[in-house]
Amino acid sequence: MVAQILFLVITLAAIALFTFNFRKIIRNIRLGKSADRNDQPQKRLLTMLRVAFGQSKMVVRPIPAFLHFFVYIGFVIINIEVVEIMIDGLFGTHRIFNGLGGLYNFLIGSFEILALTVWVSCAIFLVRRNILKLKRFRGVEMTNWPKSDANYILITEILLMSAFLLMNAADAKLQILGSTHYTLAGAFPVSQYLMDLLPSSENALIAIERVCWWFHIIGILAFLNYLPYSKHFHILFAFPNTYFSNLEPKGAFTNMASVTNEVKAMLDPSFVPAETEPGKFGAKDATDLTWVNLMNAYTCTECGRCTSVCPANITGKLLSPRKIMMDTRDRITEIGKNIDKNGVEHQDGKALLDDYITREEIWACTSCNACVEACPVNIDPLQIITELRRFAVMEESQAPASVNAMMGNIENNQAPWKYSPADRFNWANEGN
Amino acid sequence: MEFKVPTMAELMAAGEEPEILFWVGCAGSYDERAQKITRDICKILHHVGIKYAVLGTEESCTGDPAKRAGNEFLFQMQAMTNIEVLNAYNIKKIVTGCPHCFNTIKNEYPGLGGTYDVIHHTQLIQDLINEGKLKAEGGESFKGKKITYHDPCYLGRGNGIYEAPRKALEVLDAQLVEMKRCKSNGLCCGAGGAQMFKEPEKGKKDINVERIDEALETNPQFIAAGCPFCMTMLSDGIKLKDKEQEVKVLDIAEITARANGL
Repeated sequence: MVAQILFLVITLAAIALFTFNFRKIIRNIRLGKSADRNDQPQKRLLTMLRVAFGQSKMVVRPIPAFLHFFVYIGFVIINIEVVEIMIDGLFGTHRIFNGLGGLYNFLIGSFEILALTVWVSCAIFLVRRNILKLKRFRGVEMTNWPKSDANYILITEILLMSAFLLMNAADAKLQILGSTHYTLAGAFPVSQYLMDLLPSSENALIAIERVCWWFHIIGILAFLNYLPYSKHFHILFAFPNTYFSNLEPKGAFTNMASVTNEVKAMLDPSFVPAETEPGKFGAKDATDLTWVNLMNAYTCTECGRCTSVCPANITGKLLSPRKIMMDTRDRITEIGKNIDKNGVEHQDGKALLDDYITREEIWACTSCNACVEACPVNIDPLQIITELRRFAVMEESQAPASVNAMMGNIENNQAPWKYSPADRFNWANEGN
Repeated sequence: MEFKVPTMAELMAAGEEPEILFWVGCAGSYDERAQKITRDICKILHHVGIKYAVLGTEESCTGDPAKRAGNEFLFQMQAMTNIEVLNAYNIKKIVTGCPHCFNTIKNEYPGLGGTYDVIHHTQLIQDLINEGKLKAEGGESFKGKKITYHDPCYLGRGNGIYEAPRKALEVLDAQLVEMKRCKSNGLCCGAGGAQMFKEPEKGKKDINVERIDEALETNPQFIAAGCPFCMTMLSDGIKLKDKEQEVKVLDIAEITARANGL
């Protein structure tokens, strides 16, 4: 009875804490500007099913796709087992779904095989990050915290899977011993090989089984609460992020409605503009971005596929699309903390542009969309870069001198070069 | 030129309408290298007998480089002025000689009142081949020649057009070799996002050199392009590598014109 109450208290506390932190992230995302991403629900649903559920963009790199698939499937399916653990924990039962008979044995057997593949995949991921030190996991933005974050996630998953298998091994051995409470249930295709490693005394086995059971479930609840602080949040946000992702061709940039009004008024003095949201042009800080940009930032799992295909980054420039996303997340999280501490009106004198992302980074972008194409969860770093450029150009007139010259030429000669508009058709009279 | 390129103003004065407007673009109008591509597109249009026209001196920058640089004001000023001209001429269909113009007019003009059926010149060539109006005969033979195609970002990733330019090359019976990074994984030439008009930020290497190194790995006789900016970047790269004699950088339109003896 004490155990059941303890279990209930721990579970409720974990869920409450997670809800609290989760709502903070939602609040932070809502600090962004509006963006309409509710059109074409059917197409959005299909995109989510294909890209997030179906992992369609992962296959470009087959090795990590294969390993990640096991971890993903393992995560989704082993969580069915958590339902049973919850019920057992609350009511003091043991393997409550045993009544499913053959199906139950099939399920437990599958969980075991998946647990093993998750274990092995995570071990290989650790090797790739820490021993092989793949280039994709390095870079200026991969400081201590992001590196540790990745390792914490992988080690935690290995520990959880180890506890799960060890628990089953002890359980299976107790079942064979005919221990009361441990009724015959489940199939143990993996953990049967661990049985020989365990002691044969019933009390020791019960202790091992109980410790592993508690470790497994408390581990899961702790991991749940780690998510809001971690890049691992993508396991939840990959789904809404793909659902609300851009459905337009990647080459299409948004037309700014606020500018349209001013340009129309300029070209036609009799034009009376409709009321639009006032505010600055482009983005200086994270709150000037849209909620989609901010959701993108919380979804990023820092895999670095974007940076590894970025032509600027490949050729040694400072720009890294992954850093753009990480900076955006760090900044909006900081703004959120400021609000919690000092209220909504608080200004800390910092901004995304210059304090996090430098001008050198945003001007190195070729807008080639390689980063957007590469992202397995449809994150769009290019939109953030564009918004920062818009601020630099339209609010501050702070473009590189040669870009200013190009824009001057368009204004005066209707071409980005300094040629006379009268010469525009000369090509037809020249050459072969 | 052996024939006269018709302008919209002339057609209108004669009370006629073209089947398609050829949007030349700034590079195609002023850049010497790109002008050749422009003339070849006209030759193809003339050869197949499509009724076309250009805007001539009435054409103006689409605003693309301004928009990518972040100057939405200048972009929309250009866009609305152009839309006014295009709508006044009752334009329905446009073919562009540049993926940037293509992307801008196709995707960004409709929201500002300019909706047209827009295609890139490689799509036009593909259509003409499919319709049997254009073959690869009567000119230079590319049979068995090694050609690698560089995907322009705003045609490929930007708008998902990967097959049309390849189709135009397939008809040559040439040997098409793909670079390691091609199609949706293609590497930018380094000119997009207004980079064409500025010095690159400091780094280890220029992007066009990275791309040329990759193109040269395929050991090509020709590098095919579909964008005047890619043309500049790739040609500069070839010059830098001192490979001008062995490897020619040509636009798909130029290759098509050559193969048909135009």
